[in-house]
Amino acid sequence: MQKIMNWIDARFPLTALWESQWGKYVAPKNFNFWYYFGSLAAFVLVLQIVTGIVLAMNYKPDAARAFESVEYIMRDVEWGWLIRYMHSTGASMFFVVVYLHMFRGLMYGSYRKPRELTWIFGCLIFLCLMGEAFFGYLLPWGQMSYWGAQVIVNLFATIPFIGEGLSQWIRGDYTISDITLNRFFAFHVAAFPLLLVGLVAAHLTALHETGSNNPDGIEIKQQPKDPKTGLPLDGIYSHPYYTYKDIVGVVVFLAVFSIIVFFVPDMGGYFLEANNFVPANPLQTPEHIAPVWYFTPYYAILRAVPSKLLPFLPATQFYGVMAMGAAVLIFFALPWLDRGKVKSIRYRGTLYKSWLAAFVISFLILGYLGVVPVTIWGQFREGLPILGGADKATVVSRVLTIVYFLFFILMPWYTARDKTKPVPDRVT
Amino acid sequence: MNKFAFLLAALLCAGPGAALASGGADLRMNPAPVNRLDSASLQRGARNFVNYCLNCHSAKYMRYQRLTDLGVDSAMIQDNLMFASTKIGDTMTAAMAPADAKAWFGVAPPDLSVVARVRGSEWLYNYFLAFYRDDKSTSGWNNLVFPNVAMPHVAWQLSGAGKLVETEFEDHENAIAGVIAAKGLAKLEPGKNGKWLMLTIAPDPDAPGTMTPVQYQLWVADLVNYLDYMAEPQKNRRISLGIMVLIYLGVLFAFAYALKRSYWKDVH
Repeated sequence: MQKIMNWIDARFPLTALWESQWGKYVAPKNFNFWYYFGSLAAFVLVLQIVTGIVLAMNYKPDAARAFESVEYIMRDVEWGWLIRYMHSTGASMFFVVVYLHMFRGLMYGSYRKPRELTWIFGCLIFLCLMGEAFFGYLLPWGQMSYWGAQVIVNLFATIPFIGEGLSQWIRGDYTISDITLNRFFAFHVAAFPLLLVGLVAAHLTALHETGSNNPDGIEIKQQPKDPKTGLPLDGIYSHPYYTYKDIVGVVVFLAVFSIIVFFVPDMGGYFLEANNFVPANPLQTPEHIAPVWYFTPYYAILRAVPSKLLPFLPATQFYGVMAMGAAVLIFFALPWLDRGKVKSIRYRGTLYKSWLAAFVISFLILGYLGVVPVTIWGQFREGLPILGGADKATVVSRVLTIVYFLFFILMPWYTARDKTKPVPDRVT
Repeated sequence: MNKFAFLLAALLCAGPGAALASGGADLRMNPAPVNRLDSASLQRGARNFVNYCLNCHSAKYMRYQRLTDLGVDSAMIQDNLMFASTKIGDTMTAAMAPADAKAWFGVAPPDLSVVARVRGSEWLYNYFLAFYRDDKSTSGWNNLVFPNVAMPHVAWQLSGAGKLVETEFEDHENAIAGVIAAKGLAKLEPGKNGKWLMLTIAPDPDAPGTMTPVQYQLWVADLVNYLDYMAEPQKNRRISLGIMVLIYLGVLFAFAYALKRSYWKDVH
């Protein structure tokens, strides 16, 4: 065995690669619950690729046959139903895991110097994942697939001057059609998975260069070395320690995942929507078009911004589209917005904690409001100043959209002013 | 733990909004008495389906062969359940051509393979109990659950002709009490001068069916049970396999956790 390894290492740095990326990678020993979601995201990525390959063997990217081929997978392909439910559940769980992973970054300041590039690669992964999910959602060719894609592509049409042409260029047709389905299939199974895998490799390489952050936000690389092991005092090797810890995480994740796949695969209409079991019909617009749950916070922001933004500006939905885009892109700026003296929430003051809480609450309520019609809470009484007659849900989502953005915009100010606690030398 | 607390608080804040419905029409349905494990009911449902639905509707993703899931053998399927096809591997196609259907009803009857996933069992069950005579509609029938539906009441000879009963209540509270007293499918609509109307279906004594109301409800329940099965024939297998998978993961967890504990013994 050693002989084979020597032969390979003389030609390809296999051992060196393994050791730098995992085997001898030194990680802080105090990772908590929130640190499972990185390895889980990688696990779900593999799951999606493997199940996706099997689905692509049986799926037909053809407007006349796509819906039928999905039912064929569900009924006539051996274990096809299981593969399909794993893929559809995996899509939603990918976002669950990634949102929790990002929230971990916010809590412990994982985006701070020197990990800015790890964070930026992560934000690019998030963007890519949104694209991947969007393209994939058209493929079952149900009513929600069709009209959801119609709505999203039409967002590009709101861009002044070039919008019409741009949205046509994306569709390849005047409306969502067979041509669109074919190219979305190509993006979903080839272009975006390649991008995702490449970005994940970059994300991990950057992380393993700087070393991992931890719940205390202490740089273990700056600690004195343990004379016996030569490792930083609070550092341990990823293998075997985190290998076996993450396996426990994967098993627990699989239990949750299996409960959904086997007992509630449509998750009450949130993972698989009832209307998507109606084949796409370009002549019949569904009454209520809502995106899948993981896009709803951003969809709520889009709807919250009025088309008549200011009296002297022309009325267009483009303001909403810009707000939605900004809400996603603003994550990139985080490393430079945060001026706090400490990284971790454990040593931050009340200001940061309150703003983070406000941000999370806004995000969740916006997510809820993005699922439901704007009339859900009724209207304010006619005659009230400013608010009179307005949909309550719209007003609430406007306020929350402002809170969402203020979390970022005011960050340089409140993080610098925050009363922080002293950071200990050793992890706790 | 305070991070969990505020996550939870946010979720709780978001929840109650759903309960505040707007003041429009309000449809109260009965739960569908279906049981996915009752193969006798599923067999009767399949019989009802091929006899009453398959003339106009197709179920083009469903193969006759698959009905062996329900405990009937190929010979029985071929002799008793196949009218339109000759090969047992065929899917269920309608006797009527879609173009004819479109001309006769104004809309092509939808394929029913996955209709239960679109509508849900409860909706379907109540839909079949909600037909009533309506001279104003082209088919002579209307439906409380699906107003102005193009489909006529195909099983009227079994159920008899229903008629629409309107009951007026002074206010919303009394109307809700009326719905509870009616113990069945009912629709509430705002009436004139702040009053409320309750719409229910009653059997027409002048046009009885060959079945009693309860027999017809059972007939519908069997049909809906079958439609639910047909929308996802693997459902029973999925659920029983899920239990095995969870037991396996439970055992795997014990080993994985013990392994982790033993590796982490020397980390302090």
